[in-house]
Amino acid sequence: MARYFLRFGALGYLALLLLVPVGLVFYRAFEHGFGHAWDAVSSHQAVHALELTLLIAAIAVPANTVFGIVLALALVRTRFPGRGLVNAVVDLPLALSPVVAGLALFLLYGRGGWLGGLADHGIKVLFALPGMVLATMFVSLPFVVREVVPVLREIGTDQEQAAETLGASPFQVFRRITFPAIRWAVAYGVVLTTARAIGEFGAVSVVSGRIEGKTETLPLYVQARFEAFDTPGAYAASVVLALIAIATVVGLRAFHPREETAA
Amino acid sequence: MATDAAVLERPRAAVPSGALARGVATGYLSLIVLLPLAALVWSSRAGGLGAFWDQATRPEAVAALKLTLGVAAVCALINAVAGTAIAWTLVRDRFVGKGVVDALIDLPFALPTIVAGLTLLALYGPGGPFGVNIAFTRTALLLALLFVTLPFVVRAVQPVLLELDTEMEEAAASLGAGSFAIFRRIVFPNLLPAILSGVALAFARAVGEFGAVVLISGNIPFKSEVSSVYIFGQLQSGNESGAAAVSVLLLGISLGVLLAIGAFRRWRTRHDG
Amino acid sequence: MKAIWIALVSIALLAGSAAGASKGTTVDLVAYSTPKDAYGKIISAFQGTAAGNSVSFNQSYGASGDQARAVAAGLAADVVNLSLDPDVDLLVRKGIVPKNWKANSHKGIVSDSIVVFVVRDGNPKHIKGWGDLIKPGVKVITPNPFTSGGARWNVMAAYGALRRQGKSHKQAVQYLNKLFHHVPVQPDSARTALQVFSQGQGDVLLTYENDAIYAEKKGVHTQYQIPKATILIETPAALTKTGLKKPAAKAFYKYLWSSTAQKAFADQGYRPVLKSVAKNYKFVQPPGIFTINSAKWGLNGWPKVNRRFFDPNKGIMAKIERSLGH
Repeated sequence: MARYFLRFGALGYLALLLLVPVGLVFYRAFEHGFGHAWDAVSSHQAVHALELTLLIAAIAVPANTVFGIVLALALVRTRFPGRGLVNAVVDLPLALSPVVAGLALFLLYGRGGWLGGLADHGIKVLFALPGMVLATMFVSLPFVVREVVPVLREIGTDQEQAAETLGASPFQVFRRITFPAIRWAVAYGVVLTTARAIGEFGAVSVVSGRIEGKTETLPLYVQARFEAFDTPGAYAASVVLALIAIATVVGLRAFHPREETAA
Repeated sequence: MATDAAVLERPRAAVPSGALARGVATGYLSLIVLLPLAALVWSSRAGGLGAFWDQATRPEAVAALKLTLGVAAVCALINAVAGTAIAWTLVRDRFVGKGVVDALIDLPFALPTIVAGLTLLALYGPGGPFGVNIAFTRTALLLALLFVTLPFVVRAVQPVLLELDTEMEEAAASLGAGSFAIFRRIVFPNLLPAILSGVALAFARAVGEFGAVVLISGNIPFKSEVSSVYIFGQLQSGNESGAAAVSVLLLGISLGVLLAIGAFRRWRTRHDG
Repeated sequence: MKAIWIALVSIALLAGSAAGASKGTTVDLVAYSTPKDAYGKIISAFQGTAAGNSVSFNQSYGASGDQARAVAAGLAADVVNLSLDPDVDLLVRKGIVPKNWKANSHKGIVSDSIVVFVVRDGNPKHIKGWGDLIKPGVKVITPNPFTSGGARWNVMAAYGALRRQGKSHKQAVQYLNKLFHHVPVQPDSARTALQVFSQGQGDVLLTYENDAIYAEKKGVHTQYQIPKATILIETPAALTKTGLKKPAAKAFYKYLWSSTAQKAFADQGYRPVLKSVAKNYKFVQPPGIFTINSAKWGLNGWPKVNRRFFDPNKGIMAKIERSLGH
């Protein structure tokens, strides 16, 4: 039956490209024993890296989520000049190599940059939390928008229009009709945004200055372990990131209980 | 009906103070994305348009560009098919461990790129468990990109599938249509915008990816050097404006592709509604 | 919900911008990635001295070029230790490091190493000298000299060795051309090159001796050959203009040449520049060792070498790289 062929094909692809590599990461993390892996992720430096990563995500993810929903609504439900261009520009941060994203932020906020004067007034952007948050927002920008836009288009405006003619305010329409319809899209958008925000290495590395114990996120810590020939430690720290990503999916699934799955 | 169409044409926002919200969104987009990009574009024209063109059209830069765009396109296409199939399996199918698999889909995204590179090198390089050594070939490059772009089409199609009303499919089935025909004529048109959305993301990421690729790609100019590595090399050699120039050109081409994908979607879905 | 994250952002911004309020001074050390362990020991030892009492440190480690660019963009740095002179020169050009940074007894060089050949266990292909690298079938791994400043040492070691053999400039460049045609993959950094090699790719890896020693110490078995002629890798450290204003930073900089610090470097595989420390370690002196300033062999210092060999457009290596894919 087509179903089994599809399932076999999809799972085969996933096995090759996802399950085996991820399995290897977990295996390598615990290869030298659970104790060694635990040491690598419970050191002072590692714990700080984890806290910093979570803090940055706690700022970047909600910001990008709110922005994503607002922009998606604007792109689909309204018309304004340059709509198609804005739609495409939103994806551009992904196409920018992380090294270049860092360079762009240097050009903007660094010594001699357009906004380089901020540092002289005591507002540290680069090599401090604000710069790292900006870089993270930059690279994780598109996901909520991208998830919500197709669903908004799919569901159409019938119900919203009906509600409005019945006297509902725009906010009520959003809360009771639009949002429930897009919540899965928002959920998956949040999942992707979170995964990218916690896992981003390139742009954040450039912008952070890599100051140990101060501007070192967990991915940077992973890199540092690798450089120090502590590859099991690097993998162990990666497992922590993987677990956060998995927890995000599981958490969102629990929060939005699934309705029936079509047979 | 005519009145419905007229109503749809009227601009409306389903959010309170639509104009304010849009203003905030635009401001956010400008601060986070446009301003840095503007600084980059400005830097790339530092030596004048002639210098920009010189830098951007150096033979190695062009070779890297061709390789990057080519592999990214193949990656996006494979994702379109595989991602849809995976999303379908995760939403419509039932099997043991489905929840587990679903929770793992985003991992290629959450793992730092160096880990992705190391793992793929260990698996598909010399001494790997599968006995293949395709490291530093274009196949390896494609595999690395497929790995890091895996979640995009899957996660874009999943929510649409979840919202999809199955009535029409059931009706068609009861009228005797085969499952492939149902897919092609009823389901697929509804999924296309989402698939294209995911494809755009996958293409963009594949173009910009550095960390996962740099370890498994040979980085030999004209053979296995992608744009992101070439740009990095220029930056490291002190040629900042050259690096910016090639980046801006690459961005421009990516923007063109993204706009084309958007136009394609609008063309294909014009027949709806 | 919006109120909560506005509050979060404000707190975070304040936390991020607030200067570290602590007693005593802070010294900002920005270094390339390899000497991290050594600095761990050096800093602890320094904090035990009178000058280092109640001095806290901010440490940053990363690829040398990245670090130089970060400092140029405003990363706070009192003492910088980078992997080759040109990276420090960038900071001189930007006015961050004073022009006379080399005006001390060791010319600002804080540790040495040499370029060596890492080979497979038992050296099955009998690789001993530079000529063996271009034997048919031999695959050489070296980082890309345009992405890895450190890889430039590899190139100049090869060039200098050939010149020392009596070859002309043209012949030495021809050798470089042949050599790079034996390179199947050019990883972006020394560390990733070692990773690629230890996973089974290639017959010989060109790297720094201290990397090979350190890898061995960390459990990655590396057998290496010291070629007869090779280049002395000299890693520079400099005080920045802000560092000059901090007595603690000046004291720390001076401390890098103390026997304790030099011993810490040596324990990590570097060749100490202090002779009194060097004699306690069994470093083999290659008979044909030369430096980047060995004019006899066509090496006229980094600025000239960089322009001649590594200019991204017209340099000798750029031309060689271009010929590789064709």
